[in-house]
Amino acid sequence: MQTRHLLRTALLGFALGAAAPFAALAADPPLKVGLLEDISGDLAFMGMPKLHGSQLAVEEINKSGGIMGRQIELIHLDPQGDNARYQEFARRLLNRDKVDVLIGGITSASREAVRPIVDRTTTPYFYTNQYEGGVCDASMISMGAVPEQQFSTLIPWMVEKFGKKVYVIAADYNFGQISAEWNRKLMKDLGGEVVGEEFIPLGVSQFAQTIQNIQKAKPDWLLTINVGAAQDSFFEQAAAANLNLPMGSSIKVMLGFEHKRFKPPALNNMHATANWFEEIDTPEAEAFKKRWKAKFPDEMYINDMGYNAYNTLYMYKTLVEKAKSTKLEDLRKVIATGDACIDAPEGKVCIDPKSQHTSHRMRLISVGPKHEVKVEKDYGTIQPYWLGEIGCDLTKKNDKDQYTPSHLPKKS
Amino acid sequence: MSAEVFSVFYQFADVFAFLILSAAGLAIVFGMMGVINMAHGEFIMCGAYVTVGLVNLGVPLPIAQIAAAITAGLIGVVVEYLIVRRFYKRPLDSLLATWGLSLIVTQSMLLIVGSSVRGIGTPEGSFAIGAYTFSSYRLVLFAAAVAVLVGLYIVFMKTRFGVIARATMQNAAMARALGARTGRIYAISFGIGAGLAGLCGALYAPTMTLIPTMGATFVVESFVTVVIGGANVLLGTAPAALLLAAIRMTLNASYGQIIGQIGMLVAVILIIRVLPEGLSSVLVRRGR
Repeated sequence: MQTRHLLRTALLGFALGAAAPFAALAADPPLKVGLLEDISGDLAFMGMPKLHGSQLAVEEINKSGGIMGRQIELIHLDPQGDNARYQEFARRLLNRDKVDVLIGGITSASREAVRPIVDRTTTPYFYTNQYEGGVCDASMISMGAVPEQQFSTLIPWMVEKFGKKVYVIAADYNFGQISAEWNRKLMKDLGGEVVGEEFIPLGVSQFAQTIQNIQKAKPDWLLTINVGAAQDSFFEQAAAANLNLPMGSSIKVMLGFEHKRFKPPALNNMHATANWFEEIDTPEAEAFKKRWKAKFPDEMYINDMGYNAYNTLYMYKTLVEKAKSTKLEDLRKVIATGDACIDAPEGKVCIDPKSQHTSHRMRLISVGPKHEVKVEKDYGTIQPYWLGEIGCDLTKKNDKDQYTPSHLPKKS
Repeated sequence: MSAEVFSVFYQFADVFAFLILSAAGLAIVFGMMGVINMAHGEFIMCGAYVTVGLVNLGVPLPIAQIAAAITAGLIGVVVEYLIVRRFYKRPLDSLLATWGLSLIVTQSMLLIVGSSVRGIGTPEGSFAIGAYTFSSYRLVLFAAAVAVLVGLYIVFMKTRFGVIARATMQNAAMARALGARTGRIYAISFGIGAGLAGLCGALYAPTMTLIPTMGATFVVESFVTVVIGGANVLLGTAPAALLLAAIRMTLNASYGQIIGQIGMLVAVILIIRVLPEGLSSVLVRRGR
């Protein structure tokens, strides 16, 4: 057999990756919004609502007269979960299409891939996901929740309710690593103990050993910051093995809608803090959901990323109309006044001038045995305060860096 | 103590089952027939989706799984007839053709079925030994993996079809001269390979998230198992899976999943360096 030769050829096949399909481009008119969201590949199920949220907002804004009378032209490219393609498409949108604003990115890895490219331009970039926090960069405006809004609420609550011993399963890339670091810091402050930490390579789908490691460590609860469809198989396998531990997360339920994708009771006893989840039933939220479902009746779940993506276009509209300009420096002058706010379906949200991150109304939710979602605690509006406290002040200095509890700005 | 011993066996059985079930189909298609089937993961995905679809229609899980494996097998026969057949003498082109097929299938599934399908849940049943609790279904997977190996042994070593199939793979022209209908043999063999891939998807469907690209989580493991196993399905794939499962299980248990995965791939590199023809080259030579 020519196995060796065949192997080489097979590996070559993997290495080649997929060739990039090119989306159609429209002619030049109005305000150009460049959007990078995965609608194929492993994260398509999360990325699809982000595209839909953006499309819904663009349609609504265009119908009501656009931004300063200019219509929005949405140019969406699908990077298929590939960071190299994120960079290629970001360059294309920024340099060739000359978009007025760039929006998007799912994983923190994709955001960090795109950010240096954006930094070389004068185009504003909106990142619309919740994430591990810490990016202090004048070109980037973050619209999702960050650890001081998600972990500083969730972890003390879990410790109080379930106990001081936690086991962490996290995806092995910057998001999982930095989130785990946040957990270590908060657990230390609370006098708790991290009895185990396991980082899982993306794409791993088998967890029998992990489940046993957890049982050996005997934690009181689990912090699950595993990412992607393959790693989500953990929940099904843990339920089948009757692991039965309380779980907390910053990305489950409202983001990955695991409670809709898995058969109950796989997600039983999951907890998360969120600025949005589809089960919010305020009149504003109901009206928003109704508009969404009218346009996209087949949506499995309106997740927080999709919701943030929707808000982002309204925030951009507000900034541009207040600044009477689309230039980044003019938009940042509006942000610096502290008056960059919109009335979102969750309530009023504002951009913090120092960090350019967004305030959010945070609620702690839990999932029951039939996968019903309940609000356990309402924290009201929480500011994204951490970056400002450690010395990031974008009104004075552009650090272009990402800080973590172990990587703080140098005192000057 | 007995809990620890059982736990080691259980973890080993779990990794072994995963490697055997994901590699069995490929062992025939790639190991025996020499077709680099880049669409292997898509046959697995097909098995999983058919299973979930049938269960949602009210079909009992085991019947749905068998039906899914048969469906994947029949699709395999069609694919062989329409596409693969044209590339037996051009392995590089077969790589491109099946890869293209794989891209078309995943994207079509995404467009037709959507980005995610609700899971059906693992069959109830868990048991406890000492401080550990285990899912009973995982033992079903192990039993299925052993059954697949036994089944392959019987089909390829003990039946007339098996003899003709092995003769065809070894020397198609000679087999044809002796009256074997090699075209049909190729089609059936490819169909069996595809059916086994479908079976793998069907068996793992209840335990996983269903997305169109789910086959990809199996593909690397299946290729490395087959490659280090070599051309002989029984004397190659099975020992390869035993060896890799032992390495991966030990490292997973002591150092976590990252080291487990790295360790397995390093082992693969070393084995191919030392034994370019795979494990079966040694085992078969010994046997003679």
